[in-house]
Amino acid sequence: MKKMKLVMVGNGMAGVRTLEELLKLAPDLYDITVFGAEPYPNYNRIMLSPVLAGEQGIQDIILNDIDWYKQNNITLHLNKKIVRIARKNKVVVAEDGTEAKYDRLLLATGSSSFILPVPGKELAGVVGYRDIQDTNAMIAAAEKYKHAVVIGGGLLGLEAANGLALRGMDVTVVHLMSWLMERQLDDNSAQMLQSALQAKGLKFLLEQQTQELIGDGHGRVKSIRFKDGSEIPADLVVMAVGIRPNVALAEEAGIYCNRGIVVSDTMQTYDPSIYAVGECVSHRGTAYGLVAPLFDMAKVCANHLARMGIAYYQGSVTSTKLKVTGVDLFSAGNFTGGNETNQIVMHDVTGGKYKKLVLNNNTLVGAVMYGDTKDSSWYFQMIRDGKNVAEIRDQLIFGQSHLGNAGSQGQNLAATMTNAMEVCGCNGVCKGTIVKAIKEKGLFTLEDVRKHTKASASCGSCTGLVEQILASTVGGAYAPQATTVKPLCDCTSHSHEEVRKAIREEKLISIPQTMTFLNWNTTNGCAKCRPALNYYLLCAWPHEAKDDPQSRFINERANANIQKDGTFSVVPRMYGGITTPQQLRRIADVAEKYNVPTVKVTGGQRIDLLGVKKADLPKIWADLDMPSGYAYAKALRTVKTCVGSEWCRFGVQDSTQMGIDIERAFDHMWMPHKFKVAVSGCPRNCAESGIKDVGIIGVESGWEIYVAGNGGIKTVVAQFLVKVKTRDEVMEYTGAFAQLYREEAHYLDRTVHYVERVGLDHVKKHVVENAANRKALYARLLDALQGATNPWSKENINAREFESLTI
Amino acid sequence: MNTWHEVTTLEEIPPLGARVVTTKQGDIALFRTAEDEVFALLDRCPHKGGHLSQGIVFGKKVTCPLHSWNICLDDGNAVAPDVGCTRSYPVKVENNVVYLSLA
Repeated sequence: MKKMKLVMVGNGMAGVRTLEELLKLAPDLYDITVFGAEPYPNYNRIMLSPVLAGEQGIQDIILNDIDWYKQNNITLHLNKKIVRIARKNKVVVAEDGTEAKYDRLLLATGSSSFILPVPGKELAGVVGYRDIQDTNAMIAAAEKYKHAVVIGGGLLGLEAANGLALRGMDVTVVHLMSWLMERQLDDNSAQMLQSALQAKGLKFLLEQQTQELIGDGHGRVKSIRFKDGSEIPADLVVMAVGIRPNVALAEEAGIYCNRGIVVSDTMQTYDPSIYAVGECVSHRGTAYGLVAPLFDMAKVCANHLARMGIAYYQGSVTSTKLKVTGVDLFSAGNFTGGNETNQIVMHDVTGGKYKKLVLNNNTLVGAVMYGDTKDSSWYFQMIRDGKNVAEIRDQLIFGQSHLGNAGSQGQNLAATMTNAMEVCGCNGVCKGTIVKAIKEKGLFTLEDVRKHTKASASCGSCTGLVEQILASTVGGAYAPQATTVKPLCDCTSHSHEEVRKAIREEKLISIPQTMTFLNWNTTNGCAKCRPALNYYLLCAWPHEAKDDPQSRFINERANANIQKDGTFSVVPRMYGGITTPQQLRRIADVAEKYNVPTVKVTGGQRIDLLGVKKADLPKIWADLDMPSGYAYAKALRTVKTCVGSEWCRFGVQDSTQMGIDIERAFDHMWMPHKFKVAVSGCPRNCAESGIKDVGIIGVESGWEIYVAGNGGIKTVVAQFLVKVKTRDEVMEYTGAFAQLYREEAHYLDRTVHYVERVGLDHVKKHVVENAANRKALYARLLDALQGATNPWSKENINAREFESLTI
Repeated sequence: MNTWHEVTTLEEIPPLGARVVTTKQGDIALFRTAEDEVFALLDRCPHKGGHLSQGIVFGKKVTCPLHSWNICLDDGNAVAPDVGCTRSYPVKVENNVVYLSLA
């Protein structure tokens, strides 16, 4: 079949990102031709400020070099501006007469600096600030001249002013409004910003309107005069008062434009063969000038060009971070407030810190921060997710507590870290490595940074730090994805929720069936999605879906825990931590017989045999004659207990028996992640119930149940769920909570992450307040566990898994 | 000249799975894809020596169980951005019998 022709006009970040997304989805669908008016391949426009400031060269900011176009068989025309679209014949025509036919046309013409219509605007030395050419002109001027004036005290203007000052110019910023960056900042934070920039040597003229630019008689600008008659010298004038979408080409072709090329939620213009993305479009009345929304648009547009037709763009919440070294500033969403909103403000004048949060009812809708932006990603994520913050409102302003996060030396302020300091303790990645990768490889997302540097890719405790580094390096281009729409993995565009919904509602019972139904873009998934799908299927259809061992991580396939040298560890069940002399003797005999190098008592009160050869596992299990302790699985691990009322002089409840009962009842329970329980017989809490997924504490009059604690990477104290009287109630509430978590959590979320996402109120509503729902949850769990058997027993062992072949 | 060693039959390797072959040159992992292609790699991840035979197989790749590097089954190369390569061995399937060459 002959390929369709896709022509792209404009060779900037939004357009090329669209092509990249398209090539991922449908590499062979189109013959692609690209026309760029500039002489450069796609470069990272947001890094122009570091280039101007002398921190980077132009070659450092190229995102796709000429070879990339070649490798992807893209015909590239540089230096060729398209001047006409003949829609009838579906042809575009360039300035030099080059023509190209299209079946689909993608307009990514970007935007230009708005040049004030004042006398003298055409003089030499008057530039906008939009591309490499402007930047080069400014660098050249800085070498020859002294006085620079930047008109416009917005993001771009301030970055330009900072760069020119660093190049030795005497810079004055002229701004029409009464405070800087009025679209991103309130007056308080703008005042703090202005003082900081003044300390760096910049001058400011606020509430000044430009009257005219005066020439030196040789065609170059010499000074600038204002409406009030005053005048200051200017050898270079940078217009940074705003951008205008480049719509002339589209308008001339009769495509509907209204302050931008008007597109639908599928990024389609009024001509169905023509799509548009980036700064040239107007979507639901908004034209975006930041990079982050462009990437969202690119994804959607590529999805439709690839004929998948399921994605749609609903607009973006944007955030701003000024890329001026030494100034920490962040704003996002609606920060000016209004009648519907109220504010939480913290202002430390001497400390140079300011924080304002804007809430609508109990949803965070905007934030401005100056001086301390370490929690910016956390707030921004909540704004994007529209999360209800009622439960944490009283602590919201103090930020996300990083206390107790292990692995990053207690660091939580990326800006104060030197390049040599370690960010990710798991993978040994320091700050300099991350910054270098972001700049050189052109990374924009947390996922990109993880892939390239491994930072925060293991335990994730330094994710906040990495996000901060990313945000301050790429500025407004960084936007965390709303968690609700995050795809499960690269194999699909569906979120965890969408996948689970389809499995439930369509009664999908196998992985291939699910992948086909949901249009997976790989034939058999990857190591991320297959284990998740296998769990989701087993959770939704416990007796219909067939377990797929090849989609399980090795630990759950071998029913033992793989160690760094490829040997395994074996932990037999000892219900409630109770054992017998006979069991201990058998364990000792096994350890001797199979030369087990290490025997250790675990944190969960069990005995661990470490360093076992894979081939010995089935023999050891048979000799032990004890059930699997599931120490390797995403399942109920151990129920830790204290001695309790049977022996302890303080004990008020029989915690040991309760632990045994729970471990027996919920044995063999597959879960999104490991699940730990503890039962203490009195409030002295010797079983450490406060840091377990479910922690139960006996009191004189019954049992208190706590949930979603965590003793791992992030130490989080479990939250009180309910107090009950009887053993049966403990079983029912614990089981119902476990089932709710099983049914709603994303695969690999611990209960702490799950409850943080849905809120404790949601859990209480389903498990505590609604008795019928609680009983139904508990019944579903008991049904799922029906017929489950010990994976170590002979009939469950697949010999092939453990025997090796020889030649 | 390749010396082909008869190792096993196709059925003995689970689809999207692997078997370990003990040889004088060390352990070699035999992988079988969903399309019944068979590949052989030295059973050592180029990263930290993880046993690739224990990983999850998808497409023509395997994910190492230790730190989730993805390794291409056909040439043993790590998938970018990771860099590294593990040795691959010639393998062929004839009449459902799997032959391996240590050349």
